[in-house]
Amino acid sequence: MQALHQIAGITLLNLRTLPQRLGTSLVVVVGIAGVVGVLVSVLAMSEGFRYTLASTGRPDRVILLRAGSDAELSSGVPRDAATLLATLPGVARDPSGRPLASVELVVMVDLPRRGETEPNNVPFRGIQPAAFDVRDEVRIVEGRPFQRGLREVIVGRKAAREFAGLAVGSRIGFRDSDWTVVGHFASNGDVHESEIWSDAEVTMSAFRREGYQSVTARLADGSRAGLRAFRDSIGRDPRFSITALPEPEYYAKQAAVLSTLINVLGYTVAGFMAIGATFGALNCMYSAIASRQVEIATLRAIGFGALPVVVSVMIEAVVLAIVGGAAGGALAYLYCDGFSLSTLNFNTFSQVAFDFRVTPGLLTQGFAWALGIGLAGGILPAVRAARLPVTVALRAG
Amino acid sequence: MGYLPLLWAGLFRKKTRTVLTLLSVFVAFLLFGLMQAVTTAFESGADSADAKRLLTIARYSIIELLPLAHLRQIEQVPGVVGVAHAEWFGAKYQNESNAFPVFAVDPGRYLDMYPEFLIAPAEREAFARTHAGAVAGVRLVQRYGWKVGQKLPISSEIHPRADGSLAWEFDLVGTIDAEDPAVRANTDVVLINVAHFDEARRLGKGRTGWYVVRIDDSSRARAIAADIDRRFQNSPDETKTQPEKEFAVGFAKQIGDLGALVTRILAAVFFTILIMTGNTMAQSVRERIPELAILKTLGFSDGKVTALVLAEALLLLALAGALGMLVAAGALPALNRAIGSRFPPLYVTAGTWIAGTGIVLALALAIGLPPALRARRLRIVDALAGHR
Repeated sequence: MQALHQIAGITLLNLRTLPQRLGTSLVVVVGIAGVVGVLVSVLAMSEGFRYTLASTGRPDRVILLRAGSDAELSSGVPRDAATLLATLPGVARDPSGRPLASVELVVMVDLPRRGETEPNNVPFRGIQPAAFDVRDEVRIVEGRPFQRGLREVIVGRKAAREFAGLAVGSRIGFRDSDWTVVGHFASNGDVHESEIWSDAEVTMSAFRREGYQSVTARLADGSRAGLRAFRDSIGRDPRFSITALPEPEYYAKQAAVLSTLINVLGYTVAGFMAIGATFGALNCMYSAIASRQVEIATLRAIGFGALPVVVSVMIEAVVLAIVGGAAGGALAYLYCDGFSLSTLNFNTFSQVAFDFRVTPGLLTQGFAWALGIGLAGGILPAVRAARLPVTVALRAG
Repeated sequence: MGYLPLLWAGLFRKKTRTVLTLLSVFVAFLLFGLMQAVTTAFESGADSADAKRLLTIARYSIIELLPLAHLRQIEQVPGVVGVAHAEWFGAKYQNESNAFPVFAVDPGRYLDMYPEFLIAPAEREAFARTHAGAVAGVRLVQRYGWKVGQKLPISSEIHPRADGSLAWEFDLVGTIDAEDPAVRANTDVVLINVAHFDEARRLGKGRTGWYVVRIDDSSRARAIAADIDRRFQNSPDETKTQPEKEFAVGFAKQIGDLGALVTRILAAVFFTILIMTGNTMAQSVRERIPELAILKTLGFSDGKVTALVLAEALLLLALAGALGMLVAAGALPALNRAIGSRFPPLYVTAGTWIAGTGIVLALALAIGLPPALRARRLRIVDALAGHR
C-alpha cells in the first residue's frame, strides 16, 4: 500500500515538472509520432488494397477460368464451352428461368492518369446483360447503363476518378473506334470500380477477339457442398478444361504479391525508425533524471524505495509515448485516410484503384508500437535513477 | 584541423547522450541508403536503357500481339540497323504464377540486340541451334539450382500446345549474365527459342508480342519511331514505337509514384532526426555557455566560436551519416543474395551518396545554426556571471 502511495507521489511530482523539460519531452513525442505515423500510413495503404480486392465477390459466386490460369488475362474460354458452362444445372436461375451467369472477356486499354500522358493498363470488360443480376451490388450512380450493340461504356467510379477523360458524356477512342461514356457505376468499392464495362459482343468485335476469358456465375446452392458438386460436374465433363474458383478465393490470390510487398516495406521502415526513436527516448529520459538527480536523491534519503522511483520514471516515459502514439495515429488518419491511389497489380497486370484505410486495428497496432518504444526507452534510465547512490547524487547538486 | 581535438572533446562531453544521438542519426541514414536503393532499383529500367534501342508494341495495348510479318517492313525503315522480336510466355513454374519472365525470341537477333548480356559463344551457338533450347539469367539459375544441360519443365498460363496441354519443356543450354548491376536485373529472365515455340503452340502462330529495334543514330530516334509507325497506320495492326527509356519510364509510372512515397517517408524520418538532434545540440551548447565565454576571453573571435559550434554539428552528422550509408552499402550485397532474383539487385549509387552528403550539410546547418548564433551573441561578462 505504502509503495503505491509513494509511486503516486513521485509520479505526480515528475509529471508536474514535465513542462519545465518541454524541449526534451517533445523529442520523445515527435520521435514516436514519426514512427507511428509512418507505420500506420504505409499499412493503411496495404489494408486499403487488400480491402478492395477482398470485398470483391461473394462465396456463392464462382469464376470459371481455363484450367491452369490464375488470372482472367491469361485465361481463355472458347465460345461454345462458355455457352455450355453458363447453362450447367448448378448455376442459379432468375424467376424467368434465365441462368445467372455472365460470359465475359477482359482486354486492356491505355489511359493516362489525370494530368499525365503516360499510358496505364486499364481493364476493359465485355459483359452480358445477366452480369447486373449476377453482381447485384453494381449500381449506376450517374448516367445510364450502356445499350446492347452500341459502342457505349459505363465506367467504374474509381477508374473515372483516377484516369483522364472518363466523365459521363465524353468520348474515348480505342482501336479505330469511338466509344461514348454513358454512365458511372459503383460496386461496393471493390475492384470492378477500377474497370470499364461494355457489351461483350461489341467488345469482342471491336477488339477482334474470338473467345472469352471467364464466366462468372451464381450457384444455385452456394454452400460448400454445392460448390463441390458444381466443380465435380465440370471436372467429369470431358468437354471442359476449366477451373471453378469461389470469387473470394480468386480475388484474395490476386492481392497476395502486392500487399505482402507493401507490408514488408511498412514494417521494415517503421522497425528502423522505432530503433532510432528508442535511442531518442533513452536520451530524453536520461537527461530527465539527470536534471532531477537531487530531487530523486532527496526522496530516497527521506525513505522512498527504489521501486517507486523506477516505476515513476517508466510511467513518465509511457505517458510521453501515449501522447506521441496518439499524435502519430491522428496525423496518419488526417493525412491518409481515404486518400486514393491507383497502381499496377502484378498479379493481373492491370491497374487497381483503392483508398487508404486507417482502421481501428491499425491504430491499435501503432499504439502498441508507441508503448513498446516508451518502455524500452524508459527502463535503463529508470534503473539508473534508482541505483544512484544518495550521497553522490546530493553532492552533485 | 588543429581544432579537431577541441571539437571532439565538446562532442563527447556527455558520452551517453552523444552516442545515443549518433545512433539515431546512424539509423536514419542507414534507412536512407536502403530506401534509395529500392527506388533506384525500380527506376533502373530507365538507367540501363540503350538510347539506340526502340520498342515497338501494338498501338492500343501492350497485351495485343503483332504479326511477325512486320519484321521485314521495320527492317526496311531507313536508320534501322537491326530488329528482334519477343513474346511473353506467361510462365508458371512449380505452381507459382509468373515466377520469372519467359520470352520467346529468335536467339541470334535477340542477343545481338542486347550486347550488354554476357553469354559464352558456344552456349549462344547452342541456343540458336537447339530447337527447344533455352538460356536463363545466372541469378535464376542459382535460385533454382538449375544445371546447364538439364530439361526445364515450365508451364504457360497463356499458350496451349497443339494438343491443348499447357505443360512445356525446354533444354537449358546456357546462362546469361551482365557486369553492370543496373543491367543484371534485365537478365532475370528465361529466353526460349521461338522456332520450337511457334511451331508447337496452338494459337497465335505467326504473331509476336513486341519488336526491339536498333537504330544507327540516337538523335534521330523520334523520327525513326514515327517512320515505323507510319508504315502500319490504318492497318489492322497499328504500332506504337518509342525509345526504350521512355517505355521504361512509362512502365515505372504504371506502378505509381514510388519515388514520391519514399520521399515522404524519408522526410518524416529526417524531420524527426532534426527535432531530436537539434534539441540535443541546443542543450549541449546551453550547458557549455561558461566554457564558450572562456574561449572568447582567451581571444577566440565571435566568428570562430560560431564556426566551432557549427563544425561540431557537422562532425556529429557526418560521422553518423557516413557510417549509416557505409553499413547500408555493405549490407546490400548480402540482402541481394538473400532475396535472390525475386527483386532487381539493390545497391547504393553515386547519386545516393551525393544526396546523402547534401542532407548531412543541410541538417548540420539547420541543427547547428541556432545554437551557433546564440554562442556568437554571447557577452563574456553576462555568460561568466551566469546571466543567461
